[in-house]
Amino acid sequence: MPLDLIASAFGPVQQNYLLEARQMQAMSFVAHIPLVCFGVAFPALVVFAEWRHHRTGNPVYRTLARRWSKIMLALFAVGVVSGTILSFELGLLWPGFMAAFGDVFGLGFTLEGFSFFIEAIFIAIYVYGWDRLPPRTHLLTGIPVIVSGITGSFFVIAVNAWMNNPSGFRMENGEAVDIDPWGALFGNSYLAHEMVHMYVAAYIVAGFLLASIYGWQWLKGNRSDYVRTALTLSLTAAAIAAPVQLIVGDWAARTVAKEQPVKLASFEDLQETTEGAPFDIPPGIEIPDMLSLLAFHDPNATVTGLDSVPPDDRPPVGIVRASFLTMVGIGSLLAALAAVFLYVRVRKRRLPESRWFWRAAIAAGPLSVVALIAGWVTTEVGRQPWVVYGVMRTEDAVTGAGGIPVGYATMAIVYAGVFAAVIWILRRLAARPLEEDAAPAPEGTHG
Amino acid sequence: MAEIPIILILVGLAAYTVLGGADFGAGIWELTARGERGSALRDHTHRSMAPVWEANHVWLIFVLVMAWTCYPEAFSSIVSTLTIPLFVAGVGIILRGAGYALRAGSSTPREEGRISLLFALSSVLTPFALGLVVGGIASGRVPVGNAQGDEITSWLNATSLLIGVLAVATAAYLAAVYLAADARRMGSDDVAEAFRTRALIAGVIAGVLALAGPFILSSDAPDIYDGLTSGAGLVALLASGVAGVTALALVVTRRYGAARVAAAAAVVAIVAGWGLAQQPEILPGLTIDEAAASDTTITAVLIGFAAGLVILVPSLVYLFRLVLSGRFDPATAPWPGPDPARAAAVNAGPNAHSSLRTTLITGAVTAIGAGITFVSEGPLRSVGVALMLAGAVACFFAVASLDEAEPPA
Repeated sequence: MPLDLIASAFGPVQQNYLLEARQMQAMSFVAHIPLVCFGVAFPALVVFAEWRHHRTGNPVYRTLARRWSKIMLALFAVGVVSGTILSFELGLLWPGFMAAFGDVFGLGFTLEGFSFFIEAIFIAIYVYGWDRLPPRTHLLTGIPVIVSGITGSFFVIAVNAWMNNPSGFRMENGEAVDIDPWGALFGNSYLAHEMVHMYVAAYIVAGFLLASIYGWQWLKGNRSDYVRTALTLSLTAAAIAAPVQLIVGDWAARTVAKEQPVKLASFEDLQETTEGAPFDIPPGIEIPDMLSLLAFHDPNATVTGLDSVPPDDRPPVGIVRASFLTMVGIGSLLAALAAVFLYVRVRKRRLPESRWFWRAAIAAGPLSVVALIAGWVTTEVGRQPWVVYGVMRTEDAVTGAGGIPVGYATMAIVYAGVFAAVIWILRRLAARPLEEDAAPAPEGTHG
Repeated sequence: MAEIPIILILVGLAAYTVLGGADFGAGIWELTARGERGSALRDHTHRSMAPVWEANHVWLIFVLVMAWTCYPEAFSSIVSTLTIPLFVAGVGIILRGAGYALRAGSSTPREEGRISLLFALSSVLTPFALGLVVGGIASGRVPVGNAQGDEITSWLNATSLLIGVLAVATAAYLAAVYLAADARRMGSDDVAEAFRTRALIAGVIAGVLALAGPFILSSDAPDIYDGLTSGAGLVALLASGVAGVTALALVVTRRYGAARVAAAAAVVAIVAGWGLAQQPEILPGLTIDEAAASDTTITAVLIGFAAGLVILVPSLVYLFRLVLSGRFDPATAPWPGPDPARAAAVNAGPNAHSSLRTTLITGAVTAIGAGITFVSEGPLRSVGVALMLAGAVACFFAVASLDEAEPPA
């Protein structure tokens, strides 16, 4: 079969449910990304707690590490399957995209596959290895879990960075030629900030969500060593990550301003290209020159407006703008909360006492997930109408198969069930007595 | 060059059938494990599979990823035509994973029973659906293009049904052999015997299906039939048959370790036979050569693959050695915890906690890194980012390790 015939077999198809296909994909990401946060950040917290046990001999660290490692494994199991579904859906929903560019970005997923493999192997060894391996060996088996959590997300984000800022190939008659997979994935100016932004977000989300759960117990009067230590670790991680994220976000916005000006314009609904562009904060507060200052660190800089491209090439501005403001607003509040925590922790060597702090901390967990999803929507809906920015439209990537609404509804039910199941598991694990995770008998006393 | 990835894909498929298949099969047997005695079987199954199921499962990801990177048009044709069984397999995979996770939280036999039913049904559904997919490809029902094949008959046909049912029977058989060996290692002889019986039943069913195979293929998928009944394809088919019979004989004589190897060989041979029978075409009218990505892409993937294997193989060996040597078995005596006297001494030592000075220094490093990141671009910004992140990690260690004030009495 000649090559041009193959390419034309993937020409545009009639698909009445493009929007549903996009929503279905988005739903699967919304389910998966919070789990990724735990996959990235949780192993580091667990291993840190175990290391503190080795370092201080304080048994509460061990109980915490053990208990958390079980939660980590349960969340990983759900993350494994939700991640598998994503790779199924890439093909099931977007065969045009896969056919045209699978050979450009697929390397990223090959490497991610190995990463994921290592993570699965060592997470099993770590969790099932408590009291079965020498203590030091056990601690060390946690390290590959941390590293593969980082590398796995790195490879996936490399693909996303490429979709937003494609390079490493040339288009010829609708086919990608002269492909340089390494350059496409790792020589990309989007990779670094997307990676760091996501990675820091993982600590914010995992940290604040854990703090929500233990903060609730704290507010109810549980001042046990266990709760105090859990709060100290999770809040410290989140509180250091949250202010750092403001700086990383600024870096990301400046790169987007340069490489995807239309996306940046949709953050602020900037219709016309403007010199000294203002920044609007709802409801109706306008700060002159602020957008130029934020995007280019120069109050007089020219910001490209939406009118620079035909209406067909613009993203749905309302959604992008609302998500962007949500992300930035919540991110700023979290950073403020973080500052309070760090001050009390460092100056007074204890947790904050104020009930208002704890109410805010309980709200911070769910809010951080909202910010995470809003950030994802900002960058991915902001990429529309392109699947590969400026190269392939989403409508040319979609499948010609029928039944998308049925698949979407089925997935929605399944995910709702999985969500309920996760909540149930976490409540059950939390209800188990802590003695289950206490240390085994010390040397010499067992048979 | 164009053929190397397809060989790796078939190797991955064989590994998934053997390892992932045993995992599905273990779930299938939960259907037969009801009541008091069933609870013992279920517990055993769960204990054996829990540490390895995620790793066994990754082989499928490999197959998918290699296929879409190295044969993107063929992959897209397959998934867009065989959407329905792939979607069903996807749902089955979610439910299975959820089943494993739910087991972690269940505490009463009643709950366990319900979860195990869900788990068992999805364990039947997933390999069956994946078998339907293989049947659709092997019988030449996937034309090149975006959803160009029939969305129903591409998987609802004699070949697909044969392979779907065979996949379920094989999974059940592999699992029973594996679990019997595992039970004997743990000293549960009655559990081992129960799984031996199951292995024999499943093995005979799989064997009968395999014998019926050629008759179905000859009318429904003549191309594959011709490939499997001549030349190298025939050799592979016969090898698979011999290995299958040998495996069954070894189960009869309770040599489970060798039986496992023979059963795996039967799977590998039939997967290889499929590849040999179908080449040089990957889809009707599309040869492997035409479907393959460019040499640069394949080279890149092979380099990545080789690098990955260097890390993967020792890790996998380590996991399976720990599992198969019984290190994770409940009966193994726990490793003693740290000595409390020594721990107390360490705790009183000067290095157990961080100081205010360290905390402030690490905080300052983070802030300086953040400042550089904020004001600069290009390489200098990279320095700023690196400094900021390193500072943040150090700052976490410092702040989290601060000595605590005595809690108010």
